[in-house]
Amino acid sequence: MPWRSPLALLREALRGQRAREKDLRNLVSNLPYEGLEKGKQPNRYYSGNAIKTTKYTLLLFIPMNLFEQFHRLANIYFVGLAILNFVPVVNAFQPEVALIPIIVIMSLTALKHAWEDFRRYQSDKKLNHKPCSIYSRREKQFVERRWKDVRVGDFVKVVSNEIVPADLLLLYTSDPNGVCHIETSNLDGETNLKLRKAISGLCVPNPEYEPESFNCTVVCEKPNNNLNNFKCYAEKPDQEKVGAGIESLLLRGCTMRNTNHAVGFVVYAGHETKSMLNNNGPRYKRSKLERKLNTDVIFCVILLFVMCLVGAVGQFLWLKALPAVPPYLVPDSNGHLDSPSLSGFYMFFTMIILLQILIPISLYLSIELVKMGQIFFITNDVDLYDQETDSCVQCKSLNITEDLGQIEYIFSDKTGTLTENKMVFRRCSIMGTEYPHKENAIRLAVLEETETEDDIIFNQRPRPTKTGWSLESEDTQRHHGSSSRHKSKVAGNARSDVAFSSPLETEVIPDRMLLQQISGAERFSSSSSRETDPHLDFFLALAICNTVVVSMATAPRRRVSGVSSSSQTNNPLDTLSNWVKKTGSLRHIFTSWRQDHFNPPLKMEESGEVDGLQTCSLHAPSLCDNRPSATSDDLCFEAESPDEAALVNAAKAYGFTLLARTPNSVTVRLPSGEDLVFQVLDTLTFDSVRKRMSILVRHPITRECLLYTKGADYAIMELLGSPYAEHLTGNEKKTAAATQHHLDCYAKDGLRTLCFTKKVVSAKMYESWSVDRQRALAAIENREQLVMDSAVQLETNLSLLGATGIEDCLQDSVPETIVALREAGIQLWVLTGDKPETAVNIGYACRLLEEEDLVINISCNNKLTCTSILDSTLEEVRRYAADPRNVGTTQDISLVIDGRTLAMLLSSDLQDGFVELARRCRSVLCCRVTPLQKSHVVKVIREKLKVMTLAVGDGANDVNMIQAADIGIGISGQEGMQAVMASDFSMPRFKHLKKLLLVHGHWCYTRLANMIIYFFYKNVAYVNLLFWYQFYCGFSGTAMIDYWLMIFFNLFFTSVPPIMFGIMDKDLSAEMLLGVPELYRSGQGAGVYRFSTFWVSILDAFYQSLVCFFIPYLAYRDSDIDLFTFGTPLNTISLFIILLHLSIEIKSWTLVHWLIMLGSVALFFVVTVAYSGLCVTCNPPSNPYWIIQRQMVDPMFYLICIITTVVALLPRYMFHVLRNSIAPSPLQQARHVDRLDPGTREQLMKEWRNLRGSGPVKRSRLSTPPSPTLDTHADIYPVSPIASDIMGDESTLNVITGNHHHT
Amino acid sequence: MMASSYNAKEEDGHIAAASTHGGAPGVVKSKKPDNTAFKQQRLPAWQPILTAGTVLPAFFVIGLIFIPIGIGLFVSSNNIKEFEIDYTGVDINNPCYSCAKNFSWNNTTPCLCSLPFTLEQPFESNVFMYYGLSNFYQNHRRYVKSRDDSQLNGDRSALKSPSKECEPYRTSEGAPIAPCGAIANSLFNDTLELYHIDINGTRNEIPLVKKGIAWWTDKHVKFRNPGGNDNLTVAFQGTSKPVNWRKPVTELDPADPDNNGFINEDFIVWMRTAALPTFRKLYRIIQKKPNTTPTLPSGKYVLEITYNYPVLSFDGRKRMILSTISWMGGKNPFLGIAYITVGSICFFLGVVLLIIHHKYDTRNTSADIPS
Repeated sequence: MPWRSPLALLREALRGQRAREKDLRNLVSNLPYEGLEKGKQPNRYYSGNAIKTTKYTLLLFIPMNLFEQFHRLANIYFVGLAILNFVPVVNAFQPEVALIPIIVIMSLTALKHAWEDFRRYQSDKKLNHKPCSIYSRREKQFVERRWKDVRVGDFVKVVSNEIVPADLLLLYTSDPNGVCHIETSNLDGETNLKLRKAISGLCVPNPEYEPESFNCTVVCEKPNNNLNNFKCYAEKPDQEKVGAGIESLLLRGCTMRNTNHAVGFVVYAGHETKSMLNNNGPRYKRSKLERKLNTDVIFCVILLFVMCLVGAVGQFLWLKALPAVPPYLVPDSNGHLDSPSLSGFYMFFTMIILLQILIPISLYLSIELVKMGQIFFITNDVDLYDQETDSCVQCKSLNITEDLGQIEYIFSDKTGTLTENKMVFRRCSIMGTEYPHKENAIRLAVLEETETEDDIIFNQRPRPTKTGWSLESEDTQRHHGSSSRHKSKVAGNARSDVAFSSPLETEVIPDRMLLQQISGAERFSSSSSRETDPHLDFFLALAICNTVVVSMATAPRRRVSGVSSSSQTNNPLDTLSNWVKKTGSLRHIFTSWRQDHFNPPLKMEESGEVDGLQTCSLHAPSLCDNRPSATSDDLCFEAESPDEAALVNAAKAYGFTLLARTPNSVTVRLPSGEDLVFQVLDTLTFDSVRKRMSILVRHPITRECLLYTKGADYAIMELLGSPYAEHLTGNEKKTAAATQHHLDCYAKDGLRTLCFTKKVVSAKMYESWSVDRQRALAAIENREQLVMDSAVQLETNLSLLGATGIEDCLQDSVPETIVALREAGIQLWVLTGDKPETAVNIGYACRLLEEEDLVINISCNNKLTCTSILDSTLEEVRRYAADPRNVGTTQDISLVIDGRTLAMLLSSDLQDGFVELARRCRSVLCCRVTPLQKSHVVKVIREKLKVMTLAVGDGANDVNMIQAADIGIGISGQEGMQAVMASDFSMPRFKHLKKLLLVHGHWCYTRLANMIIYFFYKNVAYVNLLFWYQFYCGFSGTAMIDYWLMIFFNLFFTSVPPIMFGIMDKDLSAEMLLGVPELYRSGQGAGVYRFSTFWVSILDAFYQSLVCFFIPYLAYRDSDIDLFTFGTPLNTISLFIILLHLSIEIKSWTLVHWLIMLGSVALFFVVTVAYSGLCVTCNPPSNPYWIIQRQMVDPMFYLICIITTVVALLPRYMFHVLRNSIAPSPLQQARHVDRLDPGTREQLMKEWRNLRGSGPVKRSRLSTPPSPTLDTHADIYPVSPIASDIMGDESTLNVITGNHHHT
Repeated sequence: MMASSYNAKEEDGHIAAASTHGGAPGVVKSKKPDNTAFKQQRLPAWQPILTAGTVLPAFFVIGLIFIPIGIGLFVSSNNIKEFEIDYTGVDINNPCYSCAKNFSWNNTTPCLCSLPFTLEQPFESNVFMYYGLSNFYQNHRRYVKSRDDSQLNGDRSALKSPSKECEPYRTSEGAPIAPCGAIANSLFNDTLELYHIDINGTRNEIPLVKKGIAWWTDKHVKFRNPGGNDNLTVAFQGTSKPVNWRKPVTELDPADPDNNGFINEDFIVWMRTAALPTFRKLYRIIQKKPNTTPTLPSGKYVLEITYNYPVLSFDGRKRMILSTISWMGGKNPFLGIAYITVGSICFFLGVVLLIIHHKYDTRNTSADIPS
């Protein structure tokens, strides 16, 4: 390397800095420069692909770590004290020894940091050394290199199932269409395949790609962390620009699937890749308890200050009172004595050093350790494990576990959080005709029932007589359901590695009427003209207007963590035989049913594949034969949203099977067996502003340009335009009105609605539009807006085809969880983007709203009405609460608000009223809210009411809310990982919230709160011994306890028990806490850790230290006891008192508890005896030699120890006893119940719930909550007595076509 | 793999079974947590609940044990005979008044005074003779530190250059002080002699034993003369005596050569700094006589004091104490009274709890539902 001047280096560095900061980057291929030194490389300024996530380097570890640790005020305080100890006039101990505690604490912390950093280093190293292939010009081929060797401007080849090493601009794939599939599960958890297109027009699809022919400049934006957005264009030598977006970018960390190989150009590497920019590491929040704790630490400081002042004044007065210089007053080396006031001043500092551990030095470290232990137990809870997704609760924030026990408000998203986000096609309306799909509804209802039944069997497993067999004797409908359930379970598990292949949505039993209609239309259209029937169009739209990717189930697709199959079946053999029988009967039913209703009867496929039944039955017999069944059976639909999958499956049930999708074409098989290949002209993707998506295709036969659009009803209805060719305007209007009516009914039933439209685009119009479109796509500035505008341009004058109602099933045990949380005193808010009707219905289904509740519905259009409504409602609510009839009952008022009203209510002048109203409501349902409103609501409630809030959600729209709340919980469900990444905890299902809060929250909180209180107590009790002694040593700052033993006392003898207490104490069993959710209330509000609790324990500490000092004092008064012999019993007694005090607080003693407690005592004696036995002249002033040994053969020692311990602990013991006997807290009562045998316990728990529980719980329907799915087979009817009746004219329920809909 | 996760508790049965079936076919490691008692926080535990009913026996037991112990302690404390006499000489009638008044550290001629007293009761068994000091803060932080344990342990280098802690009693006239430090410097140097005046009026000197007044470990392990015990003058050559001392450390006990230097027992006793400002230190032992006559028969005595030690400058007091000793040490009724009091309180609380138990503690009945 030639020498370069520092100036040149500096200039180079500056230039690099500027290049990195530029908004646009020009990248060229590295190949022409291969082999040249670094200074000549064109892309040298951009970071390489080697990653380094470690915080420290080996050499700089100590200074950097010290720097980091000194950010904590407590550490500075202790180091300051240790340094103060080096000042001779004030020192209390030998200076070197005083450094030990802080050094131990800091080195333990440093050790922890070093270990964490080493783990990071190892994982970095592993990643950096992964193999990949980079093109080398010298060898004219791709050669194997390491990930860290990848540089911006390289050409990297990725083969199937390989992980992408850096962000690549896709140039070439082995697929003739220039596409490849990637799986982004490593990045965002989404398991579906995503399509990526090679940047078009840059290369001819050769069999082998030649990177050397690449001569463009790639211009791309500055690296950012947006995973869904990327802007870049490639500029050819002839100035032609080709735009590319995220659809051409392979992100680092993704896995290549279903594509043989692909070649990409590295645009971002290493830390500049999008995945690395998204990697933020754990979050640090400060818990409520810790905030309180800090104020108490300040109290401790004040206390310390007062005590030191007492010492200083005492010293002054004591010196003043001396008539002359006594022989025990030691002058300094010059024989000079300080004046009393100066001595007093010095004494203040000496006392600070002496009493320093009043500020608990190891408290922060202990809290960290305790939280680590608590997190270990939370993440290892088998009840919080979800078999289906093979995931547990994850704790992202490491220091707010105890906040889980103090939650007062929960804000929940609906879709994907309360519901499965697994969509089931339920109904549809085509051209104004409703097809209720009764059979399908029955099937689903039965499914639900069998599921609960399954669970019962499952739970009663020890009883061998009751198995799944018992179902055999029941009616056929039951058979049908249970068997299909069994089958579907197995099927579902076998293919569980495919996204959205839950059995629920893959199976739709077609509506009879509609089937006939279609087969009629089909025959008609195929025989006569090509004029399409709207019914056929509707299903075509269902099948193609989406982004579903079709893949074969047999395609090579591995998942890193496979799910162990047959999760629920208790005995595989049993179930299998059972299942085979049922399948048989099922087929029988199907066959007979079909034969009844179809003419001509269809030949049944005998392959044994039940999956294919519905589809095949619709095919012409010949088709079933000549087509291998695999083509339609093994299809896997991989959709970006579950709605799409449900719709495609519904279309498939009617015979419109989506066979393949490439960027340029979709292939659909019609019921007639004919395969139509539509040329895709463009796809106008979904965005949250338009709330719709469209696909522009060319019909293969008519050559017409067709635009199919689907979207939210309000986003579609206003775009309806010119009449459908054959129909009259009036007809069209009628259709729209009828459809709208159906949509409303669907919404009332809690279904998600989508409208489908069609538009024929003339060739001329398409031409002109596509020019605009291309321009928009190539734009780099303001691209999104332009693309959206171009989409809006085309989506006009649509004609309505129909609408669908999709059900989003409630997740397992959601109603139970909600009821339990409510009993636990938590107010639940559901914030959803859905329509009010849908939301209200779901609200009833999940028991957020109860039928006997007073439901207040607020909806208004302008602020004036809003104000008056709010005022009158508040008045009403106050009156309601004051009503003597309602005094005994708990508040059971619920509030339903829509987004627009909410926006007005949250404005600053109405805020207070709204908060007041909300405070009085048991549950609140907000509909049509935007993500921003969600977080606004959380913030307002959190700040106005000063309560602990928790937000739970699963989608990107919940991220704001999750971050605004005290605790954010992400459901690691179907919608990707944005929510999870922003959250403090993530869990697989909503129901896990119950155990997480009621059990772990309660435990963590009580454990930590008690531990902290104990810690303060411990330090005060111990330090005060020294303080009392000052009154007998002329306030000279003498310690009567050997300093080493003092250090050991805090560091070793009494440090482990409280940590164990904080991690493992269990005041109540999990069963009890789950059984009586009310117990959770003990942690809410001020909770266990109150101001009073703190002071009571401090007072207790004072009392105990007084006893611990004065009983030995009185016993040894006027004897020949020497200083350190006097200190030894004090030390021993305080050890006993402190440990026994803890044992009064420990609620359950396991083997671990015994070992640690007895171990601590044993350690104390072993260390003290060894130290006193070996140390003859060490540690000069204290002379420990043989002191404890002499004490241990003296009976007085033991007598004093015993009586002091008894007297010191008597009040606390007595207090506990009296409180538990006379006025036991609910927790205490629960502990009594907890000790009984399981049977009695159950009984008592139930009685307790009924006695105490609020109104709704009285109904004994807890185990079988009312399911909304059961009663929807009949006609649509308004389900619930909505509060508009009660509230009369004061509020109105307006269906507002707001602009926010969650899809 | 699942065998280890088997849990004895019956409610876990189904989970364990399910996971066995689930885990068997899958080679892939599931993330499912181990279902062990520890990880699931189901370790068998003892859960005591403190209520009146459960702790009742404990209170009675404590009461029943403490009261006899207290009585025992009280009785044995009362059996200890103790006699105390203040010889500071504050009062003008006190024979030592003039000694106390005219004192200064630099006095070369010792001031003598004798104090007559009467023992009402005879002292049986060994009698321990203490000197007691009041208001003497031997536990002052600086004072406690002002010593050099290495020097006292016979370390030669420490003898020549004592620790800095000894300042300002580290060197005198250029030579290191042995023993250095404020503690040694302020060594108690009164001499006490006890005479019994029998019926005839003759003074019989009572033999005072000065061996065995220090801890054995101090005398034999902790305190050592530099270079052994032979020829102390050579060993201590080049050192000077503490400022306040009248004679060097080698001549502390002219009678017994093995009681000189650092291993002088009076010195050792003094060096064990007292814990409290009012303290006593063992001075001599009066051995029990082999015959049946009491060690100290009742009657008249005279205490002869060589008054060297000034205490009035800090308002101190000097006492001479004669005491017999029991298994519990010196006379101190406090512990006995404390035990009796605490025992009674516990007993009383036990009764209170019994009442409470009958009134409130209705556990184990069906009406247990909390209300």
